[in-house]
Amino acid sequence: MKKHTLAITVENRPGVLTRVATLFRRRGYNIESLAVGQTENPSISRMTIVATGDDKVIEQVSKQLYKLVDVIKVVDITDERLVERELILIKVKADPGIRSDIVQLVEIFRARIVDIGKDTLIIEATGDTGKIDAIEDSLKPFGILELVRTGKIAIVRGPGHNI
Amino acid sequence: MKLKGAEILLQCLKQEGVDTIFGYPGGTVLPIYDALYNSDINHILVRHEQGAAHAADAYARVTGKTGVCLATSGPGATNLVTGIATANMDSIPLVCFTGQVVSPLIGKDAFQEADITGITMPITKHNYVLERTEDVPRMVKEAFYIASTNRPGPVVVDLPKDLMEKEIEYEPYNTEINLRGYRVMKGCNYGQVVSAAELINKAERPVIYAGGGVVSSGASEELKELAEKRKIPVTTTLMGMSAFPGTSYLSLGMLGMHGTRYANYAIGECDLLIAVGVRFDDRVTGKIAEFAPHARIIHIDIDAAEIGKNVDVNIPIVGQVKEVLSAINKRLNPVEEFGEWHRIIDRWKAEYPLRYGTCAEGRIMPQHVIEKISELTQGEAIITTEVGQNQMWAAHYYRFKNPRSFVTSGGLGTMGFGLPAAIGAKVACPNLPVIDIAGDGSIQMNIQELGTAVAYKLPVIVCILNNQYLGMVRQWQSLFYGGRFSYTDISAQPDFVKLAEAYGAIGMRVTDTQDVDGALREALQLTDRPIVIDFWVDRMADVYPMVAPGESLLNMLGEE
Repeated sequence: MKKHTLAITVENRPGVLTRVATLFRRRGYNIESLAVGQTENPSISRMTIVATGDDKVIEQVSKQLYKLVDVIKVVDITDERLVERELILIKVKADPGIRSDIVQLVEIFRARIVDIGKDTLIIEATGDTGKIDAIEDSLKPFGILELVRTGKIAIVRGPGHNI
Repeated sequence: MKLKGAEILLQCLKQEGVDTIFGYPGGTVLPIYDALYNSDINHILVRHEQGAAHAADAYARVTGKTGVCLATSGPGATNLVTGIATANMDSIPLVCFTGQVVSPLIGKDAFQEADITGITMPITKHNYVLERTEDVPRMVKEAFYIASTNRPGPVVVDLPKDLMEKEIEYEPYNTEINLRGYRVMKGCNYGQVVSAAELINKAERPVIYAGGGVVSSGASEELKELAEKRKIPVTTTLMGMSAFPGTSYLSLGMLGMHGTRYANYAIGECDLLIAVGVRFDDRVTGKIAEFAPHARIIHIDIDAAEIGKNVDVNIPIVGQVKEVLSAINKRLNPVEEFGEWHRIIDRWKAEYPLRYGTCAEGRIMPQHVIEKISELTQGEAIITTEVGQNQMWAAHYYRFKNPRSFVTSGGLGTMGFGLPAAIGAKVACPNLPVIDIAGDGSIQMNIQELGTAVAYKLPVIVCILNNQYLGMVRQWQSLFYGGRFSYTDISAQPDFVKLAEAYGAIGMRVTDTQDVDGALREALQLTDRPIVIDFWVDRMADVYPMVAPGESLLNMLGEE
């Protein structure tokens, strides 16, 4: 089973997220991640949903999504040339003795330290899912106190508006 | 002109061609009822909101127009839910207006507040909450447009009371539909049509499997032309029963779990299956891997999501059934002869007809009642049903002649549907006999609607096939649970004759086969009030043939 990235443009209206989420739950499709926000057109929002399933299941998901009146377009962009990003914020334990090790790591990943506490650091990183997973794994040994990740957002490379 | 929201609502309904609303008043819909007081829209006051939803649904099923119902907020709205789900499963165009508490109180758990849009999201095609009185015309227009186009379905519009009271400046104007996420399907893929016609022209053992989509698309004539041009036998789903005349030589009756033996055998042997306006429901296919195993499949449906949902097909065609069939028909080479395929089917029909046994005195075989109804009305009545054995016997033994004449809850299987549906159908078609084929269990689920039928002098005929059991469940307990009749004996029941009389209807009891004919003839004469006929039927009569759930269609239970 493959992970699919769906770019869905929807009416920017209350209840649309519920409609989409309800559809996934009711039909038994699984959402791995979901990110939503307004687009360059304020009346349209764009959802990026990562869902697992074979091609047939994803095709059925897309068709069912299309039937929602508030859904304008559904495109499976999995196999497109993409720029894809996730954002992670991690609060790690950082005794003064090991801070430099963490800072080194952060540099390697081209992440940023956005807050320095007495015994903690907050690190921000963006990247594709692989990079974000890697930075999370690398920081684990130091002791992760709190972690928050966004869903993936993605955009197709090349000229024009592809969605 | 200054008008209240409620008055604008009614004006918009009239613009949509609405002549009848089924409803029930309450606190939050008072402004709408006040506007109805001197409106020329006909309002039918039911006795329970569920009845309003089913009646509006049946009104839509028999006319092809969009049905309209109205209920108050909270419990009024939640009482519609079963009716909305019923319409949704059977793709029936329905617009349900619900009252809502005043806008400032929404979300505060106010008296009679329920989140009806949240509740109905998974069982509607779309739904709305009104936020400004100014939006009434657009919302009404969109609601009817969405409900009635493409694959039809129910739409709920929730109307806060204050917005119905509010007066605004209003002039009637033509509201434009502007829905970028909803396009009405027109035309179909030409290449697919050509390939389909080629396959049909070449097939040796074709079968047409027709469903509710033929009825809702108004494609019965096109279906008939397809069948007759190429002499193709036609089997229908429960929803498609009235789409093809049951009296035709080409008719195989219903297929599936309670299909005829010859229909199911034909599916097993066919080399081409032409699936028209159907969704390969589990009650139709049985074990899906063994459904039509030797056939190439052409699937025609308006809903792209139905293609490939349950079975893989060779030629999918998305489009209006009516348009697609007429495009295919133009490319068919007519045949005059009934070939070898028909001789095989004739043999099955002769060997395995629908049949039933006899029973002891003081009881009647339920199938006989339906046969009599079919004979006396010549297949031209509107038949509504409840759900269970009564429904299956109606499908087996009534020979429908006209489309839109079989009104039954196919997808959801809603007990209590038949009586309110009969009322909705009778309001829509006052000149046709309307008969509810009921069971003694189902009829008790909405029996209060007898009050509605009496109040509006609607001569609907309720035929209770009374076996003092929840018969279909009892049948499954016989077959699959060792005859342990757990809570299915409902012999503690009202005297239906007295009950009918108490409502001001006519009540009659028939316990002898010889009296069936006379009772039905008398019922068909009535013009000003409903009648309930309590037929005492064989308690242990079962519906056969039957395919156990998940089994191949060829493994039919019951004597051959």
